[in-house]
Parts: sequence; structure tokens; C-alpha cells
Amino acid sequence: MSQEQNASAESTLICLQCDLPLEMGKVNVAYLGSMFPVNLLRCPKCGQTFIPEDLALGKMAEVEKILEDK
Amino acid sequence: MDNQRVRERENQCIQEQPPKCTAACPIHVDARGMIKCIRNQDFTAAFAIFNRFVPLPRIISRICDHPCQPECKRNEIGGAIQINALERACVDYSTKRSGGATFSSRKSARIAVVGGGLSGLTATIDLITKGYRVVLFEAGSQLAGRLRELGEEILPQQWIDEDLAVLENALVNVRLNTRVGGHPQTGSSLSAIVEEFDAVYLGVGPSGAASLGRDLALRDDGRIAIEELTFATSNPKVFAGGSQRYGSAAYSPITSVHDGRYAVLSIERFLQKASLSAHRDQQGPFKTRLFTSLKGIAPEAALPPAQPQNGYTREEAIVEAKRCLHCECLECVKVCEYLAHYKSYPKRYIRELYNNYCIVLGNHLANRMMNSCALCGLCGAVCPEKLNMGEDCLEARQGMVEKGKMPPSVHEFALRDMAFSTSEHFSLARHQPGHEMSSHVFFPGCQLSASSPGHVFQIYEHLQQSIEGGVGLILGCCGAPAEWAGRKEIFGDAIGLVRQQWEELRSPRIITACSSCYRMFKDHAPAMPVESLWTVLDRVGLPSSAAPASSALIAIHDPCSTRYETNIQDAVRRLLNKLGVQVSELRDNRSLTTCCGYGGHMAFANPEVAEKVVQRRIHDGEADYLTYCAMCRDNFAARGKRTLHLLDLIRASGSGDAAERRGPGYSQRHENRARLRNKMLKDLWGETVAEREGYEPVKLRISSDVQALMDKRLILEEDLRAVIHYAETTNTKLLNRQTGHFMAHHKPAAVTYWVEYSRDGDEFVVHNAYSHRMEVQEGAQS
Repeated sequence: MSQEQNASAESTLICLQCDLPLEMGKVNVAYLGSMFPVNLLRCPKCGQTFIPEDLALGKMAEVEKILEDK
Repeated sequence: MDNQRVRERENQCIQEQPPKCTAACPIHVDARGMIKCIRNQDFTAAFAIFNRFVPLPRIISRICDHPCQPECKRNEIGGAIQINALERACVDYSTKRSGGATFSSRKSARIAVVGGGLSGLTATIDLITKGYRVVLFEAGSQLAGRLRELGEEILPQQWIDEDLAVLENALVNVRLNTRVGGHPQTGSSLSAIVEEFDAVYLGVGPSGAASLGRDLALRDDGRIAIEELTFATSNPKVFAGGSQRYGSAAYSPITSVHDGRYAVLSIERFLQKASLSAHRDQQGPFKTRLFTSLKGIAPEAALPPAQPQNGYTREEAIVEAKRCLHCECLECVKVCEYLAHYKSYPKRYIRELYNNYCIVLGNHLANRMMNSCALCGLCGAVCPEKLNMGEDCLEARQGMVEKGKMPPSVHEFALRDMAFSTSEHFSLARHQPGHEMSSHVFFPGCQLSASSPGHVFQIYEHLQQSIEGGVGLILGCCGAPAEWAGRKEIFGDAIGLVRQQWEELRSPRIITACSSCYRMFKDHAPAMPVESLWTVLDRVGLPSSAAPASSALIAIHDPCSTRYETNIQDAVRRLLNKLGVQVSELRDNRSLTTCCGYGGHMAFANPEVAEKVVQRRIHDGEADYLTYCAMCRDNFAARGKRTLHLLDLIRASGSGDAAERRGPGYSQRHENRARLRNKMLKDLWGETVAEREGYEPVKLRISSDVQALMDKRLILEEDLRAVIHYAETTNTKLLNRQTGHFMAHHKPAAVTYWVEYSRDGDEFVVHNAYSHRMEVQEGAQS
């Protein structure tokens, strides 16, 4: 699973806790004992991560389904 | 789930039982398959099927006594399919001369076959096909001597020779003019042959036994004593059959073939020292259990060939083949969109469920299938053997839960909904105001309370006025969602809570408004006496406010949970009669009624199948529907099918067109239950109710579009409140500089919810919401 954000989103989202724009970075996502590193927009300081709608409802939902049937 | 029980269940499904023609055929020719190929104009494939069963296809296609035809299902509706004539057409029009039989590797055993008639020839061909070395003894000067006497018109010599070519090709040692048991100069004694060979088959014709009497036990009429099932004789190495066994009175070519074939089975078992008699119950003609409906099929007479002596032309054969009913059952698949969706039938599905349960490594391929069943029982109602596959799906779900392998996402939303209904937000148990005893207690259920709380309030007032001895009230959930989810423990807790409340009210008679609650109590808590609201109202009378209905015709949809509850179904019809409603019946009503698409959580597991189910049902009738289940009503109305709940007619004081009303969304359903409880407590028992606490004061503004999206994505307002409350109190949120909207997420339990929102005064305007279950490992990283 990989997710590349477009450059404009990178500068658009601000973490309000740290007042910093999100940057692409490697984040682990896990479900039912499986873990995958994914490139996602995250706050460089606190790590707050953004999951866009199309990822949540697309690839993520697909992988969830596969793992649930393992 | 254990394998033996699974086998019993599989065996209950009769779809794989043979059609009557095949069962009646002594060698079980797949006439259905053969005729299907003719329908498709593929005579070569049809011949291959025929030849797979029949060792002498040209001979049999001309002279078979076809016991299949009197049994043909078409007999009931126009006349039997001319199966034998179609067999002849296969032979006539096949472009290949053999069906492509394969021969097994050579075996060392040597078998003697005595008699070159049909049974002996069949035995010989079957034996060489299996790799045995065969010596064929024939008393006459040529093989198939009696068959050659039938004449060219019935059976051309050329055809006999073509069928016998297989013997030459296999280099079978044929000893003509050799009578076994005959004169020592022209024959061999049976004892010598028995000595020389590993086993012997005798197919000596009706009168060939006389000279064998000194070696074999004979019957009183002089024929060889032959065991009917195994073709064994008094000598363990010798087997016999054909017209010597069944007598000359009723010559049956196909029975001779049968004898040769099954004697070979015995010879093989004899050589392998296996039981001769085991597992032979379906040898020869038997009675099939296959059911085939003739509903909607027009009678059609058989097509006689224009020139009988030539048999069918290609075209005639195709026309006749098209009359074949292609007998199969599929009664359940015809009526159930779910069963049809997976393109098979219960026998296969039950095996898939079992494999899904047993698999250790790899994917559980039948999870979705298991969870998509409505558990409505319609398959069992239409099945000739009463096989209800819902029971297998439910058992499979329970099994997967026990193994910890049930996909968490499927039933979770419904279980959360149920948890709300059993929580203090909705749960309530009271005697009637001013009473300390209850003869009855009203249990409206969670879905009617969610859909039409006003109806619940009013009908409860009416019950209090109409029934002596006090009518208490229990608000809560019967546990059906947990039952459907295979969660025995949660179900036990839910029904246990109701039982406890019922005991505290000193065991009154329960009146349920929802037929699912009725079923749950009746099936799982037999100690609690339960009655349907509809039979109660039929007995005690309707409220005086019940308005006569308009004269428009309405069609009754019986909820699937009342499938076998004729007293409830009758009571509903009597109530409608009292209300002056003009009623029409849907074709599939009462015990044949269908699910509305909600049952068994099919809509959560498989929205596509649930949609097919509901669409099929709402197109069963043109009139407005009337039902007596809140979920059925809301599900139909949500698709634009005008549907009334019976209480819509009884109450008749609501504003607007009740049949048009769309049911509330999931969030509103929670809200309606909580409000109903509070209103009941306040208005009936004069109790003040504490406001809900926590993040609930978060004021949301949600457009109907976003609301619809949330319902589709199974997101509740309370989930959004939790996210916004968390974001606002911890400042854990993102700002989209382009839109000015906030993006916030929170994971109160298993699911992470995301909300895109903005602020307008003290309100939070929700622009979008979505969720995921994968856990994101946030926090500062190196």
C-alpha cells in the first residue's frame, strides 16, 4: 500500500497543535496483526497523520477486507 | 460443525440427485447432459456422453428397451422425451466415431468371458478398458449372433461390426465356435477355464446353462443360481448375468449391458479381495429424490420423425431435445436473490461454509457468503426436503466467532446499535403507572421505537386502557442483532437482561410489536409467555381513534419472522378488515414471504445482494404495501415504495402521507429511542430525566446530503460529536488553508472517524465524514 500526496496538499494542511505544514513521511499502519509502512502526510513534529478520504475508502478498505478474511 | 453433520445437511439438498431418466436407466446414462448437447447442436459432444456410459453405442441406440422414457418427467406434461431416438441421432450425426474412452494400464489378471452377447461383450469391453487381459469364448461362429438376427432395418450389421471394432483394436483373444461345458472336442470344461483364469464371467444367454450344471449350482428352473446384487454364483471365481439371470420372457438389452457392467465390478472386487456387496445401493434402476417443478411449463407433445425408419433428422432431433425439461430442483435458488447471487446451490454452499470454517492457512473465501444470508428461512419453506440453509449460515457464523475469525467489520455497527438499545439511554422496565402488578408487559422493540416512537406511545396507552391487571413496559432489545452476528454470549446477555426485567415485573405475559422480538423470545426463552401485539389487538379491539382507511387497495407484506405464524398473519388480516381496508395478497405471502433486505444483517455484509432482495420484493406488487415490521416498512419506503406500517392505519393521526415517509437515519434512530424513553418517563411516570452528558452538547449542522453519506458509511452523529469534542478540547486537528475547514480524527473504539468541519457561531458545520479500521501509528518519530 502506498500513497503519494500531490504537492499542493503538502503545503495546504497545517497541524494546529504544532503550527507546521504536514510533510510526506513513512508511517506504519496496522490491522489484525499485520503492519505496513505507508507514505503519508504527517506533522514533522508531533506525528499527527492525515488519511485522505480516497485512501480510507479505497485501498485501506480493500486491505482491511483482505486481512479480515485471512 | 462436524463433517458428519455437514454430510447429512449436504445430503438434504437434492439438486445433485439424478433426473428420473438417469435413475431409471440400469446403467444411469446421463440423458439430460446428452440432450443438452443436442439442444446446443453439438451431436459429437452428445455422442461422447452417450458412449461414456454405453459400451456398444450403435447397438444400444437402435435396440434399447429404454426404461428411461416411461419415467421421463415430460410424461406429465405432453409426453416423454424420445430419448432412445435421440441416442440414435447422436450416433448418426456425431463427427467422431468413438467417445474417446481411455484405457487403464495393463493388469496381470486374466479373465475369461463366456458368451458373445450383449452382457458378455459389455463385460469384455469394460474389462479391457480397465486393463485386464480377456479371452472371450463364443459357442457360435460369430460374436453378437442373436443381435445379427434382428435384421438390417432394426440393426444394420455394419453398426454391430463398428461397435465390435474396439475388440480388434484391443487385440482381445476371441475363441469362436468354442462352447464352454460342451463337447470336449469343440469346447472346454468350465472347471478347466476356472482353473486357467483368475475369474470368469458367464453371459451364456437364456438357455446356455444346461451343460454347466455339474460345475455350478442351478435354480429349480434349470438356470444358474445367481446372486442378484453381485452376480456371484456358487463358485467364488465365477460370475454370471444377462438373460441367463433375468430369463427369456422379457428380453432387455439394457439390462444385459447392466449385468455385464456390474459383474465386472464384482470381478474387480473379487480380485482385490474387497467386499462384493458394500455400497451398491444405487446399482441399477433406483428412485431419485430429485424434485422438478412443472410450474409455468406448457404441455408439448413429442415430435415423431417424418421418416420413422430413418430416425430423426438433425433438425428434428434438436426440436425434440428442446422439449427436455433439463430436470433440476433449484426451488430455493429461484426464490432467493442471495442464493442466486453466488451461482450455485445449498449442497455446494454448505460444503464451502464447512471448508471456510476448517481452513487453517489461507483466505476464508466464504466469509462474505456466510454473512450475506438474511436467515429468513424462505429456502426451507420452498425446499422439498425442508433444508433451511440459514441454519447453516448461522452455525457457521457462531463457529467463526468461537474461533476468533469472524471479520470484525460486518456486524459491529449493528451490535453497537444494539448496545445503545440495551444501555441506560433506552432500556427501561416499569409497571403501568399507578400499578404494582402487571398481567402483561408491552415490549415495542428497538426498531419500531426508532422509526415511529409516537406510535409506541399511543398504542401503549391503548393497551393500558384495554387490558385488566396492568400493562407494564419494557424498552430494550431482544438480542436479535447478536443472534444474527453469531455472538452467543452477547445474545445471552441481551435476552438475559429482558428476562431479568420480566422477572422483576413478576413474569407478566409479553406483548411484542416486532415479530423478530416475538421469534427470539419464543425460540430462545420459552419460559416467557409471549404474544404478538396484533393478536392482542384483534382480541381487545382497536383504539376508538383508529380511522377508517381510504378505499385504496393495499398489498400485505408479511415480515419473514412471521413465516409460520399463521395466527399472527390471520389477526393482521382481521384487523385490516375491521379498519375497512381493501386488501390484496402478494403471490409470495405468508409462509412464502421474503426478507426486506435487512434480515441477518445482509445489508451490512453485502449491500449489493440486499439491494437485489429489496428491489425484487418491492416489485412483487403494484399496490401500496402494508406491513407490520418497522424495518420492512422503512426499507421499502427508502426505495420509494409506498409502504404503511399497520400502526400507521391504527393511529391515523400522524401528519402527512405516512406511506411516503422515509424512515429516520441511523443517528436519528438512536435519538428517537432515547427521546421515547424520556417522554415515557416524564409523561407517564412523572420522572425528571437527566440531560445526557459529555460531548453530547456539541451542536452539529449537517446537510441532508452529508447525512445520507453518513448513513451509507455507517457513521453516527455521536461519532462526529466524539471526534469534534476531542479535536476541540485537545486542539488535535488539521487546518486546510485552501478551504478553511478543519480535518480531525478520533478512534473511540475499533474505528477511526474523520470529520471535515468548520465553525459557525456555536455550531459545527459538517462537510464530510469517513472512517477506516486500520490503525495509524502516529506520534513523533525519529
